[in-house]
Amino acid sequence: MESNQSSPPATRRIAIDPVSRVEGHGKITLLLDTENRIREARFHIVEFRGFEKFIQGRPYWEVPFLVQRLCGICPVSHQLAAAKAVDQLVGVDELSPAATKLRRLLHFGQILQSHALHFFHLSSPDFLFGFGSDPLQRNIMKVLEHYPEIALKGVKLRKYGQQIIQAITGKRIHGTGTVPGGMNKALSVTERDALLTEIHDILEWSQEALALNEQLHLTHPAHHDFGTLHSNYLSMTGTAGELEFYHGGLRARYADGTMIFDQLDYCGYQKILQEEVRSWSYMKFPYLSDLGIEHGWYRVGPLARINNCDCISTPLAEAARQRFKEFGHNGLVHNTLAYHWARMIELLHCTESIQRLLQDTEITHTELIVENSERRSEGIGVIEAPRGTLFHHYKINEEGLITKANLIVSTTSNNQAMNESIRVVADQYLEGKEITEALLNHLEVAVRAYDPCLSCATHALGKMPLQVELQDASGQIIDRLVKGTSGEIHR
Amino acid sequence: MTKLLLFGYGNPGRGDDSLGPLLVESIQQLSFLHIVKLVDMQLLIEHATDLTGFEQILFVDADVSCEAPFEFSTITAEKDSSYTSHRLSPAALLFIYEHIYRCNAPPSCLLRIRGYHFELGSNLSTEAHANLHAALRYVQNTLMGFHPST
Repeated sequence: MESNQSSPPATRRIAIDPVSRVEGHGKITLLLDTENRIREARFHIVEFRGFEKFIQGRPYWEVPFLVQRLCGICPVSHQLAAAKAVDQLVGVDELSPAATKLRRLLHFGQILQSHALHFFHLSSPDFLFGFGSDPLQRNIMKVLEHYPEIALKGVKLRKYGQQIIQAITGKRIHGTGTVPGGMNKALSVTERDALLTEIHDILEWSQEALALNEQLHLTHPAHHDFGTLHSNYLSMTGTAGELEFYHGGLRARYADGTMIFDQLDYCGYQKILQEEVRSWSYMKFPYLSDLGIEHGWYRVGPLARINNCDCISTPLAEAARQRFKEFGHNGLVHNTLAYHWARMIELLHCTESIQRLLQDTEITHTELIVENSERRSEGIGVIEAPRGTLFHHYKINEEGLITKANLIVSTTSNNQAMNESIRVVADQYLEGKEITEALLNHLEVAVRAYDPCLSCATHALGKMPLQVELQDASGQIIDRLVKGTSGEIHR
Repeated sequence: MTKLLLFGYGNPGRGDDSLGPLLVESIQQLSFLHIVKLVDMQLLIEHATDLTGFEQILFVDADVSCEAPFEFSTITAEKDSSYTSHRLSPAALLFIYEHIYRCNAPPSCLLRIRGYHFELGSNLSTEAHANLHAALRYVQNTLMGFHPST
């Protein structure tokens, strides 16, 4: 793997600030050499990071609800990761079967709604209208106008995931649900039956969403090389190597598919992961300790999970995974835009799993809390969030107040990979010293493959104007482009 | 029986922004009207699917710029630039409805109740409380107008 951490002395700097249609804001700086070739890409996170500090001094049982405010797209993921850590803090290692199934159902609902949002609302405009198309065309409103059937199904898929979340937590966004050692409310038979009435439509639309993504990837060879990286991959898998989102061991593979480690207890994550700090970004750069900073960066999320797992426990998603493997000639698929394909395989797996769980009689059982045992001073919760492996680590004092918190969110894990993909895309599409709208969107397309949501990685506070800067090797600004909040562009 | 959707939106954690949800939650069910209540933090694209099957829709929102105690207006589907993945105007929501269902949106009104303080963690202000009561009386009287005998 090639890394691009240092700036050569003679470079020009082009800054694109912030990235639009990515929740939270980022800033891209392209460092050019004297011959105007891309030497380095820096995907800055410039907003303030502070959640680990905010929660210090708060009682441990508040944490799952505090941390879900990190993000409006995947709050449930943060709630669940924190809840798993809190279970450990109260000495509970295993929940009741009904509580476990309820949490899994909640998690599948969360991933379903988030994946639908990621593709249909935020990424589909790029694919349906083209990366270089009129920027005013590339939004969900235009998809609704030009492809109402596709858009409506995407909207309904997301809504169904939200309905599951609402049934379990009381609200579509930022509800409650988890308590130390279990869940606070059973799913009623009425709620279950209401969800089951729609599941066949949801299953059909999930398959269509997958088919659309397969077709988009297979019929556009240009997509195959777009921001492609030969990287390591990290994810959680089940004990049989199956795709697993809620609980399992950590697995990492080299780019050639060979195993780096497998079924590693995530409570020992600090032994295998380290984070590098760079002066130009608030977001850290994690890497696999044994491989070092230069070679140890990795990718997480749907592409990592589908590449890493040996099988999927639901039949339609497993058949889709096998087609995905065939495309990769039974090796790993490294195409960055295949993230979306992998995402839709997971979306289908979520729907199939939701159907299974809703048809499981235990899902409405009311034994939801395991009695708390001896309190521990440290808890670590890890899950596979929609955009990748999510680590929550807390320490408490004798009063049960948080003394230390460490969160490694998916976007952070993909930090180096996003920089690399941006560099590859910029190298391909930048001509001369001109930043065009098309180039900007190509860079955004690369970022969006990983993550439309940066707020959790930055714990965002505030909003920035869009700014494009071009600096020469001496640091002088020779051009600047500013996009206002309503989309107007001026120099 | 007329089926009416009362949709109040706003953040209950931000002082007067809770006016919409508070009004909707205060409305009593009536025997001659099928009222469905819906509250949420903000309007989202997904809410277009909540608008199906109604003969009338009333959106209720807090507003910092309308006249006190409230302003009531009819609204129609309108494409505007309000869309982000986080926020949407009611007119834009109706526009989305019409596009995805290929039919006219139900007749809709917007009730904007004057709010003053929207800070995180604030309670409802005294002035907004008075405006809420005025708006509530107005909505209840309007709903009584649906009664066949009146």
